[in-house]
Amino acid sequence: MEENTVKEIEEQGPELESAEEYLHRTSFQRSLTGVYIVWLRDFKRFWRDTPRRLGAFVQPLVYLFLLGTGLQAAFKVFGAGETKYVTFMFPGILGMTVLFTSVFSSISILWDRQFGFLKEILVSPVPRSSVALGKVFGGATTAVLQGMVLLVLMFLPSIFGFHWETLWKALLLIPLMILLALAMTSVGVAIGARLKSFEAFPVLMNFFLMPLFFLSGAMFPLQGLPSWMDFLTKINPLSYGVDMLRAVALKGVTLTTTSNVASKLPPEVLAKIQSDPQLATALQKVFPKMPTVQTQVHPLWLDVVVVAAFGLVMLAIAIWQFNRQE
Amino acid sequence: MDSNGDIITTEDLVKKFGDLVAVDSVNFEVRAGEIFGFLGPNGAGKTTTMNMLSTIMKPTSGTAVINGYDIVNHQNEVRESIGMVFQDPSLDDTLTARENLEFHAVVYHIPRAERAGRMKEVLEMVSLTDRADDRVETYSGGMKRRLEIARGLLHYPKVLFLDEPTIGLDPQTRYHIWEYIEDLKKREGITIFLTTHYMEEAEHCDRIAVIDLGQIIALDTPERLKDDVGGDIIRLETEDDDAALAELKERYPELEMISDPECKLCFERERGEEFVPELIREFGVKIVSINIHRPTLDDVFLKLTGKEIRDDSGDRKEAMMKLASRTGVAPGSRGNRRR
Repeated sequence: MEENTVKEIEEQGPELESAEEYLHRTSFQRSLTGVYIVWLRDFKRFWRDTPRRLGAFVQPLVYLFLLGTGLQAAFKVFGAGETKYVTFMFPGILGMTVLFTSVFSSISILWDRQFGFLKEILVSPVPRSSVALGKVFGGATTAVLQGMVLLVLMFLPSIFGFHWETLWKALLLIPLMILLALAMTSVGVAIGARLKSFEAFPVLMNFFLMPLFFLSGAMFPLQGLPSWMDFLTKINPLSYGVDMLRAVALKGVTLTTTSNVASKLPPEVLAKIQSDPQLATALQKVFPKMPTVQTQVHPLWLDVVVVAAFGLVMLAIAIWQFNRQE
Repeated sequence: MDSNGDIITTEDLVKKFGDLVAVDSVNFEVRAGEIFGFLGPNGAGKTTTMNMLSTIMKPTSGTAVINGYDIVNHQNEVRESIGMVFQDPSLDDTLTARENLEFHAVVYHIPRAERAGRMKEVLEMVSLTDRADDRVETYSGGMKRRLEIARGLLHYPKVLFLDEPTIGLDPQTRYHIWEYIEDLKKREGITIFLTTHYMEEAEHCDRIAVIDLGQIIALDTPERLKDDVGGDIIRLETEDDDAALAELKERYPELEMISDPECKLCFERERGEEFVPELIREFGVKIVSINIHRPTLDDVFLKLTGKEIRDDSGDRKEAMMKLASRTGVAPGSRGNRRR
């Protein structure tokens, strides 16, 4: 009898796991399923809310085509010549869409609080960190989906055109968008976790978001700014996010153009000058009016690191806020 | 459950919101398998106590043990041991009943293989099987409540907390919900802890704690609480009250008449239902009417607190409590509870 048992254990040995391991595995799995179900519910709510879905897709188009086209024309009037402002603005609008949708998605926490469902979640044995993560993933998913719709527009001739290169860029933009969405949703969840007033939410969000957005370089290049503003853009985490998207989207695109003097040069010559940094600088010295729009302020790796680090800090705050108890 | 058969034990549970003491050093035990009621006006501290027991709020001091787990140090185990039906709705209206239950099943770690069966079981129990795939926003108030009860039972909790389970429901629905609750107790042997400010509802409980101004002022079975108030009040109307009074005094010298100008022949007597037949069998004066008033829980509450449970005064208190819990500042009017 005893021999048998020992033999059995020896036979099963490799498959047996210690109780501790088992508990660890299941509690980890439980946390994951908690994240999943919170995410799934938020996603279902978004998907079933048709007006919200449609409205979310229309807003970026308004910015891109109405504001973008108007400004592009305005620059010509002001003497900047032909610009590809809509193209320049595209990654900015992408960033804006992700930013606003991500941060505003956390209003779902306020709704849950208002309609009592938050209590159902908080009284359940699902870890609070799973709730926070589920909310972050839920908001990020809707933001990325909206960004994806915008990515389709990249193929329009007035933006990047229908090329293989555009497809390659679009594919590269997806993971960057996901990173930005996760970071920004964490901001929203960190704020929404404890907030109780519906009135305060938009006020607070606009108070933070509008400056963040305007200082991000989404609408204008971050160059030639007064030093105080330049400083603010450097400490704005979103400016790294926009820079990251712009670095990929505008790689190899010539946005400018042409100052009045340079426009008199034959296009092949101009292109050659602009492709060589030294010549371009020289040309700028000779004709100081010639604008060169920077498509990238920081190296890409720095952008990614800053956005990721910022996101992690915000996520930690969001989880901490959820863990606090009245 | 501890060795005494108690599934909930509290130790000097206190909750303060700023200066306001919402729950003032509350001690009680709930026995496994009983229906235990918290009776008191709105704002008495019932919901706050329940929120602490269910780990939604942290006690300012003191603690409680539920199913062997401390509510402060073992929150997750407590959460797994209890089912909760809140006073205010807590369903997701945009999801169907089944989806609401599914969410619950996942967050309470019910194994996938068991989910469908359990959901079917609880839906049948509250007669919502036909509507299970409709969105909750199409439900009536009573249906939502039933669904919440079903959801609270899905993970087979040891204790089911019901915060004002029938508030705002019509009498018929209220009756049905009580049928479910009593059936539950019988079939599942589950302990039920509920709060109410309806006296009729408190009658269903095995034991009641009467709570007012954050303190438990009495704790016993409804019958014994009523007995403590005194005997039944018997009111006689006769054709000749003076003669009747004389006869009463002669036959029952120990009877004390209640001095009330509107009622000449009113007195208190234990077991009125046995006394009255005996009285009229050989009473000389012709009796016009007899009225026996049994003490109700209203009388119990009146005697204990000197006031009646009423909705309106309570709502104001509730509003004050909410204000206090939101701002952390206590409203000024309740000086006697300040510390």
